[in-house]
Amino acid sequence: MDIPYVVQPRQDTGLYNAKLGIWLFLASEVMLFGALFSSYILLRVGAAPGAWPHGLLNIPIGTVNTLVLITSSITVVMAWASLKMNQFGRFKVFQGFTLLCALMFVGIKSYEYHDKFTHYEVILTDGTVVDGHLIERTKEHVVIHPAAKHGASNAADKSHGDAHAEVKIPVAQIKKIENYGPWHNTYLAIYFTLTALHALHVLGGALVIGYLWGPGSKMWKTDPERFTNRIEVSGLFWHFVDLVWIFLFPVLYLL
Amino acid sequence: MSLKAIHIVFIMASTLLACGFGGWSFRNYFSPDGTKLDIVFGVSSVVAVGALLVYGRYFLKKLKNISYL
Repeated sequence: MDIPYVVQPRQDTGLYNAKLGIWLFLASEVMLFGALFSSYILLRVGAAPGAWPHGLLNIPIGTVNTLVLITSSITVVMAWASLKMNQFGRFKVFQGFTLLCALMFVGIKSYEYHDKFTHYEVILTDGTVVDGHLIERTKEHVVIHPAAKHGASNAADKSHGDAHAEVKIPVAQIKKIENYGPWHNTYLAIYFTLTALHALHVLGGALVIGYLWGPGSKMWKTDPERFTNRIEVSGLFWHFVDLVWIFLFPVLYLL
Repeated sequence: MSLKAIHIVFIMASTLLACGFGGWSFRNYFSPDGTKLDIVFGVSSVVAVGALLVYGRYFLKKLKNISYL
C-alpha cells in the first residue's frame, strides 16, 4: 500500500506530508523558544535598576556568527532552487557551503564558550575584585590576566597599560573564585541556556543536511521530486534556527 | 508556506536587524565612549542593508515561477 501525499500536496491543505509535519514541529519549537525568551524578558525587567550585566559578550564575534548564519540561509535556499531547476551539481556546491557555515558557527560558538569558562572573577579577603582570564592555578596561587570587558571602550580602559599585566594571587588571600559559567549570574544562566539550545539545533540541522548532502542524495536518482521536498523541509528547519538567532543576537549581545 | 516564502520573511528580518544594528553602532559612535569599531560596524550595516535589498530583489526574480505555498 502506498502512503498518499508523500510527494504531491493534499488538495485541501496544499501541503505534502513532510511539510505539514515540519510546520507542526516548528510550532512546538516556537513555544519552546518563546517560553525561554519570555523568561529572559521577565527576569530582565524585574532586575534592580543598573543590576543587569552589560558588556560581557564579544560583539564582533557575535556579528561574524550572525553573518555566517545569514549566508547559510542563502545557500540552503539556493541549493533547493538548484534542485527545482534540475541542477544537481549546483545543489551539491551550495549545500556544501551550508554545512561549512554550520560548522563555522559551532566552532565560533565553542570559542566563545571557552572564553567564558576561562574568564574568572576573584574576590580577595580584603574585598578587592580581580577579573580576567586564568593563566595558572596551583595549590599555592592563581595567576590572572586582567582584561577589559568586551563592551568597555572608554578612555580608562584604553589607558590601562600595566593594568593588563598578569596578577599572581596567593590562595590564602582568595575569598571566592568563580568563572563566568552559567552559575555566575542570572544573565549568564539564561545566555548559556538559550545559546546552547540554539547550538544543539544547529548541530541537529547540520546532521540532517549533511546526510541529505552525502548518502541521502542517492534518492535524487530514484525519486527526484521527493528528494527536493526533503531538501525543502530541512531548509525550513534551518530557516527557523536562523530566525531564532536573528532574535537572540540583539537581545543577548546588544541590548 | 514554502521555503521561498519563509526565506523572504528571513531576509526581511535580517534587513531589519542590520538597520537596528547600524543605528545602535552609530549611536555608540557619537556617544562620548565611541570607538572606530563602532563606525566600522555602522558603515558595514548600511552596506549589509543595501546588499540584502539587492539580494531580495534578485531572489524574487530568480524564483518567480515557484509557488509561495
